[in-house]
Amino acid sequence: MLERYAHWIVRFRWLALLISLLVVGALASGGRFLSLTNDYEVFFGESNPQLAAFKNLQDIYTKNDNALIMLEPKDGVVFSTETLQAITELTDAAWSTPYSTRVDSLSNFQYTYAEEDDLTVEDLIEDPASLSEEELSKIQDTAMAQPLLVNRLLSPAADVTGVNISFELPTENADKVPFEIMDYLDAVLADIESKYPNIETTRTGVVPMNKAFAESSMRDIKTLIPTAFAIILLGFMLLTRSFWGTVGALAVMLMSIAAAMGTAGWMGIVLTPPSANAPTLILTLAVADCVHYLVTFFQQLRSGKDKFSSIRESIRVNFNPIFLTSVTTAIGFLSMNFSDSPPFHDLGTITAIGVFYAFLLSIFFLPALTAVLPIKAPAVRSREKAGFMEKLANFSINYRKVLFPVVGLLIVGLIAMIPRNELNDEFVKYFDDSIEFRQDTDQIGEKLTGMYFVDYSLDSQIESGINTPEYLNQLEAFEQWLEEQPEVLHVNSVSETFRRLNKNMHGDDEAYYKLPEDKELAAQYLLLYEMSLPYGLDLNNQINIDKSATRLTATLRNLSTKDTLAFENRAQEWMTNNTPDLESAGSSPTIMFSHISKRNINSMLTGTVIALVLISLILLVSLRSVKYGLLSLIPNLVPAGMAFGIWAIFNGQVGLSVSVVIAMTLGIVVDDTIHFLSKYLRAKREQGLGTEAAIRYAFTTVGEALLITTIILTAGFMILAQSSFSLNADMGLMTAITICLALFIDFLFLPALLIWLDKGKQDDLTDGAVVPAT
Amino acid sequence: MLLRTLSLGAMLALAPALLAQTPEERGLAIAVEGDARDQGYVDSTANMKMILRNRAGKESVRNVRIKSLEVEGDGDKSLSIFDEPADVKGTTSLTWSHSDKPDEQWLYLPALKRVKRISSKNKSGPFMGSEFAFEDIGSQEVDKYTYKYLRDEEINSVPTFVVERYPTDKNSGYKKQVVWIEQDRYLALKIEFYDRKDSLLKTLEASDFTQYLDKFWRAAKLEMTNHQSGKSTTLEFSGYQFQTGLKSSDFSKNALKKQK
Repeated sequence: MLERYAHWIVRFRWLALLISLLVVGALASGGRFLSLTNDYEVFFGESNPQLAAFKNLQDIYTKNDNALIMLEPKDGVVFSTETLQAITELTDAAWSTPYSTRVDSLSNFQYTYAEEDDLTVEDLIEDPASLSEEELSKIQDTAMAQPLLVNRLLSPAADVTGVNISFELPTENADKVPFEIMDYLDAVLADIESKYPNIETTRTGVVPMNKAFAESSMRDIKTLIPTAFAIILLGFMLLTRSFWGTVGALAVMLMSIAAAMGTAGWMGIVLTPPSANAPTLILTLAVADCVHYLVTFFQQLRSGKDKFSSIRESIRVNFNPIFLTSVTTAIGFLSMNFSDSPPFHDLGTITAIGVFYAFLLSIFFLPALTAVLPIKAPAVRSREKAGFMEKLANFSINYRKVLFPVVGLLIVGLIAMIPRNELNDEFVKYFDDSIEFRQDTDQIGEKLTGMYFVDYSLDSQIESGINTPEYLNQLEAFEQWLEEQPEVLHVNSVSETFRRLNKNMHGDDEAYYKLPEDKELAAQYLLLYEMSLPYGLDLNNQINIDKSATRLTATLRNLSTKDTLAFENRAQEWMTNNTPDLESAGSSPTIMFSHISKRNINSMLTGTVIALVLISLILLVSLRSVKYGLLSLIPNLVPAGMAFGIWAIFNGQVGLSVSVVIAMTLGIVVDDTIHFLSKYLRAKREQGLGTEAAIRYAFTTVGEALLITTIILTAGFMILAQSSFSLNADMGLMTAITICLALFIDFLFLPALLIWLDKGKQDDLTDGAVVPAT
Repeated sequence: MLLRTLSLGAMLALAPALLAQTPEERGLAIAVEGDARDQGYVDSTANMKMILRNRAGKESVRNVRIKSLEVEGDGDKSLSIFDEPADVKGTTSLTWSHSDKPDEQWLYLPALKRVKRISSKNKSGPFMGSEFAFEDIGSQEVDKYTYKYLRDEEINSVPTFVVERYPTDKNSGYKKQVVWIEQDRYLALKIEFYDRKDSLLKTLEASDFTQYLDKFWRAAKLEMTNHQSGKSTTLEFSGYQFQTGLKSSDFSKNALKKQK
């Protein structure tokens, strides 16, 4: 069957090339449907309960999408004529930002005070040019006394201030929206900075973050993918010493990537920072297929066979191993579909598809290509490396009594470190320091206010219930409790509005700076206040339509996931004990990201187990032995375990992406095990060699190939580790570590293990259930 | 051929009239005509039911009684007496619209037994948390806008004039409004509101018109949809009465407290 196929390829090589190009071209044309997402929500699945809760909250009130601009006067004085002019001007311009619905700033803060018997509601700052020194300092005193401003739009030292823009982002053309908004704001800010040289601006918020997601993906695509190509091709050239061979491999890689990304386009997949790196992975994984095919092909050529029979032989020898390793690798990547986070489904699916295409291309297109290229066998290599492998084999065998316990202890020791890893998904830190968004957000976090917040929708369950003293007292108690928490920077609650109105309605008497004690009074204050608010600055973002619930926002310092969850648990406990009527779960992107790793690990557990079972079954069949199939679990699983141990020592922060590493690496490291054990068993079964001799045979036949593929794979994943997006960088680094450890285990631990297991036995073909070859 | 000649003839006949009027003049003329047709109603009362809906479709109802008084040579005066929700029952707002200066507005709070003046600038905020701003509900004086006639268009096969109007008050929440005015009765059937950055913010649709005293048309239903927030508000009017004998003194600050 394979023979006939191999003959067909050589005979109809031009047809095979044409078919390949046409099919790849058709698939790749789907690439035009690809776009880059820029919405942090894509990290959460449709059924994610934290996302659903947050969406629900935004449906009741208003959307939270925002851009926060920090104005920093170089002289450190916010309350100067010039700075106030800049604030007023920026506030006005900000209203014209595309898709904006609201602008909050120092200047349009709705300052309320009693004027004779009337309630005056007006902008805190109007016409700053006309203000005297005295008026400036009066405004400063007023502003510094506003709990709603300080630590939110004004620093306690009055040296920086913020302008917050809220948005209703459209769902159409969503990928262009953050760029459209930020382009507008960039122009406005450049104008402000040139007009007011004393002012420096920085920006953060959901919209800049969404833009950073897209930029981060673009950056990876533009820098990492070409680097990966360059390094891997160079490595390939050095290792195979064949120009035309490298050209062939390049063609396979390019076509695999083009076809896979095109298929993703046809499938309607939208690229995210993780899935935008599928090309690097496909490239890295496709190399191995080409290596296997070309190495055999060159061996045949060197042994004196003509080109066509060499091609046929290489197809015959490699079809099954390449198929097998591609299937296991694809299974590993497909298991990422169990992840709770959709971008990883896409990364897994696209890579699995790419691996499958690479398999097809390397046994269909590559043979046809080699048949038409003026390809020759490169010069025979020195025997140095084979000699090295033999030495390594002897080392592993001779020192097994030392290696077995030492490596064994190392394994146990590292695995014991795993629990020291801490789950952490601080989404701002997904971006490294080279990304402007991260720099700006850190700076704003340091000087003005935090990017992380938690929203609580506190529901009285009855219409107009928020006006009752019972509700307001509990709301205030929770507000005050929150303000005492070390994690909390700022609390925004309507209880403050009620206190202020009560004071204003009593001639600004400080004694009345407290909640109204009567439901009707509270309701009528609110009605009057609402009627006095100008365009866009209403209370719909804080109070629901039937006035049964209000939204309270707690702005947090930059917290780790662990601390965020601890804070939220404490808040829940406090509410149960103190404000049971208002009990509600906190909701926000911070809360969503705080739960995502744990959810992801739980969901990936199923995926990993299924992948493990499938891959082990494939091993059982291909090795035709239950015993070695089970034994293979050790070299397959231990490397990932050790990698997590090493991670605990050097990093200790496990995020969303690292939780998919086990399943993903399983499919890759299993290839080493297949190659090593199958050669070992072949030596025992076909050549009747003893255990030690069989180990030496395995080392000398596949040792070099394993070393080369490990080097290439490590290089590929180390390139991914250079991503400016930490989810990608961590995944790349973790995978590289795992792959290296896998080779380490195969070379230094597996031999000792085999000798120990097969002690005294020369032939183990009779034990265990032998699965017949298929 | 005959048809073409005819329409050409009609166009030629109309041409001088069209040329004589700029789109601005024509827009203004339509507004003036609409205003003129509603002159002389003297006073009116009605019940207004307000149904607020959020993005998720949840509803909340408010009930308000409205009294209006026609003022010669200036904007109308109106009283809104809140009946529901219960905690604002008896709260009354008084508005004096003006054509040449900002409207004046007061609110009587029964819980405080006081009348409070409302800042004149802030009329573009939401009325009772609804999608209607004060300026949408208030008396639509001709001088509050400048106009530009755009085109003729049919809505549900009813011919309308489409007129753009631009608020003259700098504190308005809108850059412009596009109004579809029924050609036959000069009634605004639909209004699109564009926010300050000139994006479509809301659409108002009026329906179920009834004629009172053989002259004055009033819509029984106004539907306002906010395209940006996904929220909407329906106003349902009932019990319209005209020329009930209301006096100017009923619309004074002092009279506010006496409303029931």
